[in-house]
Amino acid sequence: MEPSLVTSIGKIQLERPVMLASGILGISLDVFNRLYRSGAGAVVSKSLSTEPWDGYPNPTIFGINGGGWINAVGLSNPGAPNFAKMIEPNKDVPIIISLVGSIPEDFSTMVEQFKNSKVIAYELNLSCPHVAKVGLEVGDDPELVKKIVSTVKNSTNVPVIAKVGLGTTHYLNTVSAAIDSGIDAITAINTIRAIAIDVETQRPILSNKFGGLSGTPIKPIALRCVYEISSKYDIPIIGCGGISTWEDALEFILAGASAIQIGSAIGDNWIHVFNDINKGILQYMKRKGYSKIDEMIGLAKKS
Amino acid sequence: MQRNLNHTKICVIEKVIDETPTVRTLIFSDDVMSSVLPGQFAMVWIPGINELPMSVMIAQESGKAAFTVRKHGPASTGLFNVKVGQQIGVRGPYGNSFDLKQGKLLLVGGGTGLVPMMRLLTHIKPNDDVTVLIGAKSKNEVFFEDLANNLLKNNPHRVIVTTDDGTYGEKGFVTSMVEKLVNEINFDGIYTCGPEIMMYKTVQLAHSRGLFVQASLERMMKCGVGICGSCCVGEDLVCKDGTVFDGDHLISNKEFGRFHRNKAGILENY
Ligand SMILES: Cc1cc2nc3c(=O)[nH]c(=O)nc-3n(C[C@H](O)[C@H](O)[C@H](O)COP(=O)(O)OP(=O)(O)OC[C@H]3O[C@@H](n4cnc5c(N)ncnc54)[C@H](O)[C@@H]3O)c2cc1C
Ligand SMILES: Cc1cc2nc3c(=O)[nH]c(=O)nc-3n(C[C@H](O)[C@H](O)[C@H](O)COP(=O)(O)O)c2cc1C
Ligand code: FES
Repeated sequence: MEPSLVTSIGKIQLERPVMLASGILGISLDVFNRLYRSGAGAVVSKSLSTEPWDGYPNPTIFGINGGGWINAVGLSNPGAPNFAKMIEPNKDVPIIISLVGSIPEDFSTMVEQFKNSKVIAYELNLSCPHVAKVGLEVGDDPELVKKIVSTVKNSTNVPVIAKVGLGTTHYLNTVSAAIDSGIDAITAINTIRAIAIDVETQRPILSNKFGGLSGTPIKPIALRCVYEISSKYDIPIIGCGGISTWEDALEFILAGASAIQIGSAIGDNWIHVFNDINKGILQYMKRKGYSKIDEMIGLAKKS
Repeated sequence: MQRNLNHTKICVIEKVIDETPTVRTLIFSDDVMSSVLPGQFAMVWIPGINELPMSVMIAQESGKAAFTVRKHGPASTGLFNVKVGQQIGVRGPYGNSFDLKQGKLLLVGGGTGLVPMMRLLTHIKPNDDVTVLIGAKSKNEVFFEDLANNLLKNNPHRVIVTTDDGTYGEKGFVTSMVEKLVNEINFDGIYTCGPEIMMYKTVQLAHSRGLFVQASLERMMKCGVGICGSCCVGEDLVCKDGTVFDGDHLISNKEFGRFHRNKAGILENY
């Protein structure tokens, strides 16, 4: 029998384990449809704020010699109300809405705005490393994380995911705070605060100077985080960070992830990565005799 | 190590040519940029100011390339003001290119949309019969007319300039001339780059007559590599799937000619 790619992240069921990470190609329903057709099991929106944001001026992205990217797009987004309107016609695509804000009310207001949309989960961005007063600055404050998670959990029955990253507070404290307040799953990790300097002009390249490092250089770190979280807590995990091949994806599953997200690899290999990874995982499952993703989750922890 | 095309490469401006009071061509040396395909673009960093998508312009000497920029907002004005000896950063090239047909060709360019048309002219075959249409608001904004004639000197060709106010060439919109020409001539290929309304009209005119037509689109670009999503038109990403699209594909795209997105990604009417 053909193995199945179906996977569950707690109450969230996906046909395929590879999803689009937040902030990548995420502002148009037509593009979401296309990515879903290209093999994504779900798509995560750009992180939305209560109001539209322009983001930082260019340069906002930079390709590192040797692989990887540094970006400071600055969470540019059309704002939650505009986005909610755009995805109203959605029928088929499993959409996860990513939200960013400073106070619990920002998040609950936005959740309210999506109550008539077809949304399979919310992902709280507690980890963007380059925008003040949101993202990591929120994730670095476990008490605030508790308040935000409780508020959102009280405003919706849709599953809620917390996306954590590496900040000044140990990310496991953020994970623990989110779990205490009833979070349904954890996405790990976001980009890691970084900088690029041009030696000819002797200045930082990004207009915001600091940005977030993503892509292949962060994969071993992201994998470590997934392994640590799954070793310490009983919570569904979505692995994210530097995944570009089916082997990468499987490493995260074996470390304890129920699903994975892909961002930068799209900039390197375009949207074929979804199907390439799906195919690779299927072949591996056949070769090793697995019938379900579930049978492989966390296997690396046994040894 | 092989050059990482996404890594900004610093180039020094060697020459500046004033094309019109608001348009300049900046020439620099770079092997990669000098040999790009017609329609491809680069992300151009003006240190301390901004980074902009720019079509790669041809330069007369081998190993050299150029950008032709119209000063507009802060970013393009920053590039416009770069002097000889100053440094800019380039990454790319990005995007696809025009499919070259042979025979009777029509090139329709407006403003700096003429840049990819000039590179296209360097790829035509000796027997191609080429018509170049240059649209401008008025006389002092006409440029590349001599260059086009020069690039076509060994081909059967004509270069027609239209100005909206009639101060030079034919009076009227360039699209009126397109309409006239497509009614008379069965072109084998039509190529256009310029203001989207102009391209929209041109694509419609050509497509409705069953003629092969391609347009090079412009959208807000932040990454140039298909990550940020800012350049989407319907389900297409201009930086990755384009910038060149076939007319029949564009006709079915509900945003082409009607909407574009602002910096926050909100759809706005053209
Ligand atoms: C593929 C492509 C090729 C282009 N080729 C040329 C060319 O050869 N010559 C030329 O003069 N212009 C070209 N442009 C347009 C150019 O990139 C700028 O959009 C234009 O110069 C206006 O800039 P500005 O000074 O008003 O930007 P500002 O208002 O100063 O804003 C700067 C910021 O907005 C972005 N931005 C604003 N408008 C646009 C837009 N329409 N498209 C993309 N980014 C935008 C810039 O990237 C930058 O981050 C091209 C655009 C694209 C997408
Ligand atoms: C251009 C860009 C924009 C991003 N925007 C967001 C965002 O809005 N919200 C968010 O939670 N993460 C954002 N991220 C982080 C990604 O979702 C992902 O966590 C990170 O890039 C690591 O995955 P990758 O190595 O596969 O890219 C962004 C990343 C990039 C490269
Ligand atoms: S410019 Fe970023 S996706 Fe096209």
